[in-house]
Amino acid sequence: MRLFGFQIPMMTSLLVWIALWEIAGRAGWSFLIPPFSDILVALTQISSTPGFRDATVVTLRSFALGMVLAIAIGVPLGILMGRVRAADRLLGIWVNLFVSAPLTALVPVLMILFGFGEQTIVITVFLFAVWIIALDTRAGVLHVSPSLVEMGRSFGAGRLALYSKVIFWAVLPEILAGIRIGCIRGVKGVVIGQLLVSIIGYGALFELYSRNFLMEEFWALTILLFAFAILLSEAIAALERRVEYYAGVRS
Amino acid sequence: MSVATAPVGALMPESAPEATVSVRGIGKTYEGGVEALRNIDLDFPTGALTALLGPSGCGKTTLLKIIAGLLEPSSGEVRINGRPVTGPGPERAFVFQDFALMPWATVLRNVGFGLELRGVHRHEREQRARLAIEEVGLAGFEDRYPHELSGGMRQRVGLARALAVDAEVLLMDEPFSAVDEQTRRKFQEDLLRLRQIERKTFLFVTHSIEEAVYVADRVVLLSRRPGRVTQVIEPQIDRSASPEDIRRDRHYLDTVEEIWRGLRQYVA
Repeated sequence: MRLFGFQIPMMTSLLVWIALWEIAGRAGWSFLIPPFSDILVALTQISSTPGFRDATVVTLRSFALGMVLAIAIGVPLGILMGRVRAADRLLGIWVNLFVSAPLTALVPVLMILFGFGEQTIVITVFLFAVWIIALDTRAGVLHVSPSLVEMGRSFGAGRLALYSKVIFWAVLPEILAGIRIGCIRGVKGVVIGQLLVSIIGYGALFELYSRNFLMEEFWALTILLFAFAILLSEAIAALERRVEYYAGVRS
Repeated sequence: MSVATAPVGALMPESAPEATVSVRGIGKTYEGGVEALRNIDLDFPTGALTALLGPSGCGKTTLLKIIAGLLEPSSGEVRINGRPVTGPGPERAFVFQDFALMPWATVLRNVGFGLELRGVHRHEREQRARLAIEEVGLAGFEDRYPHELSGGMRQRVGLARALAVDAEVLLMDEPFSAVDEQTRRKFQEDLLRLRQIERKTFLFVTHSIEEAVYVADRVVLLSRRPGRVTQVIEPQIDRSASPEDIRRDRHYLDTVEEIWRGLRQYVA
């Protein structure tokens, strides 16, 4: 970006907003907005406590497990829906319903079913992420060039080889796009799940901080989660760019 | 000049067991009632290049895909060396109109893909792929990806892939229709050269009369949908002449004219 003829580095706008936040905090307009520098201090303080470390481990573990489940089920589900019309008819309505449904409302039911522990969080992450992964994969499968499939068959590919050597790779760009959006939804899932269960992981910490008006700690945790979601999404986007070159030339 | 009945006598008798590919009573009606082909009887002699020529939508690609085993006929059967076709087989290789290359794989892997699917060991596979790449004039491009190549070069990759599996029958579905005119001419000349060194049975689908007459030993004319065989022409052209001479050859021009007269009734 250029401003008044000067080259402005990329993250400048972020620095401007942080400066505004600092000023607002120092002005003492609201106890809800502590100065940004205080938040950074709080961040370094809480990150060295064992409670925080345990919460991080629990949160990351639930998130990772939920995502692995969502990918392991979402991708095959999407491929099935894309290839078999009967399966698409049968499952399409549910997948489309769940992808847009307010799943938060289901979390209390999950708590009854799976208890107030990690299991509920894992299922929540899974439910938040799996549908979009399935839908993106399905859309990708429907875009696979028919002649590429014919090519595989005519050169003697059996069913397994056709899926593992041709169709999977042809759909990879859409699968990655689905996983990226799925991860963002999964972060929401892990936070919402833990907030509602409120006795494990970051959910317990959020509960503790907000109940005691520890705004510095509250913001520190929030910023940490935001940063995690963005970095994860960017990492997958970088992976997507590596296969992008062929998404455009497939048609 | 061109004759409608097979004149080649001793080498290819009428009841030809020497025909590598024989098509009997093939008909194809698609779901929804569109009849693409009706009662096709054809023999494709071993070692010859036969062009299937007809107006667009006459079912010539459908016939080629039935022979490839990619489509099921509604009636009739295809035999390759006397054995009925039930699906794709290693004695046939297909060259696609849109190249059908895997964009995530290098030229080398694309060309060796048929061998990879047959479980040929990597070392041997790559060796044979390199030979095929050289044969189509793409040496030096082994590690490139399809999107880095021009349309003409991509089709050379498609051709090399079909050559690498060393099939007896090469099925080519309008292979040069997606490349520009200059490349197309070069391709046709290369195909003639390839025909002389490779003893394969070529089936070539095209909608270009000039192309069919230029490259083919036999031109099968199909009528508009439902496709039926209306005429089989054998252009007697001296292929040893230079490309320029062939394109100016009187037999060549006469045959093109004759086919055009036969086809023009289908053109609205």
